[in-house]
Amino acid sequence: MAKITFPVEASHIMMFARAISDDNPVYHDGAAAKATEAGGIIAPPSFPQAVAQFDPEYHLRPKNGQKWFGSAKGPSGIEGKPTSSGGLHAEQHYEYHRHIRPGDVLTAETMPGKVWEKESKRAGKLTFRERVTEYRDQNGELVITARGVGVTTERPVDQG
Amino acid sequence: MALKASALKVGDTHSERVVENLSRTQIVQYAGASGDYNPLHSDEVYTTQVAGYPSVFAHGMLTMGLTGKMLTNYVGDGTLTKFGVRFTNQVWPGDTLDSKATVVALREEGGQHYVDLTLSTTNQDGKEVVAGSATARIDP
Repeated sequence: MAKITFPVEASHIMMFARAISDDNPVYHDGAAAKATEAGGIIAPPSFPQAVAQFDPEYHLRPKNGQKWFGSAKGPSGIEGKPTSSGGLHAEQHYEYHRHIRPGDVLTAETMPGKVWEKESKRAGKLTFRERVTEYRDQNGELVITARGVGVTTERPVDQG
Repeated sequence: MALKASALKVGDTHSERVVENLSRTQIVQYAGASGDYNPLHSDEVYTTQVAGYPSVFAHGMLTMGLTGKMLTNYVGDGTLTKFGVRFTNQVWPGDTLDSKATVVALREEGGQHYVDLTLSTTNQDGKEVVAGSATARIDP
C-alpha cells in the first residue's frame, strides 16, 4: 500500500478534540499545554485515525466528479449498490512510542494482516480483516503502531 | 499530573460520563475532523433505506475518542503507551455513555513504573459499547 504523508497541524488537533468533546487545554492552548507534563500541545490518543484526510484514495470521502453512494435525489447516488451494510470497525489498538505534536510530518504505511471468519447470530457470516499501520516522523523514527480490525457482515447487525 | 504507583492499587477505578444525549451534529463534527464521511454516520436516508439500519450511528472511533477522554483525564497527558478497544455494540444518537477504567496491574520495567488498565464504556441501558485496555507510565 502507498505511503501517506500526514502533516500534523494544531488547528486539526483542536477540531478533532472538539469532535470528541475533549476540552483538555493540552489539545488547543499552547501556553497551558507547555505547563503540563506533555510540555506542549499533543494530539489526542485516537487522532492517528485522521490520517484518512490525507489519503488521496480514501473511499469514504466524496470526490469531485465521482458518484457518491450516499443519498442525493434518491436514497443512494449509485444505483444497484448492494444493500449489504458494508464494513464496520471491530477493533482498534495503538502503541505510542511518543505522542504526536503539531509540526510533525508523519508517514503512514499500512500492511494487511490476518483475515478470519466467524458465524454470528446477529449479522450472519463475519469476515475480519486486520491492518497494521506504522506512523513514522520526519526523522524516520517510529511514533505510533496501529492495528485495526475491520469486519464485513453478511447483513445489517440485528438490534434485538 | 501523572498517577503515582504508591497511591494506586489493583481494583481502583475511575469513571466519567463522556457524552450525554449524543447528537447527530456531534457525529457530523467527528466525520469532518476525522475525514470518515461514511454515510452510515450522517445520512439518515441512505442508512435507513439502503443499509437497513434504524438510524445513523456513531463512528466506532468517536466512541474510542470519548473513552480516551476519560482515560487521559485519569492517567495524565502524554503518558499512554498503549490504548486498544473492541467495538462491542453500536452507539446511536441520543445515547448517554459512561466510561470506566479499572487498575489490573502495577509494574516496573527498567526503572519505569506502569499501570495496566481495563476499559469499559456502557450506554444508558448498561450495554457495553466499547471494551478495551490501556497502559500508561506513572510516577513511583
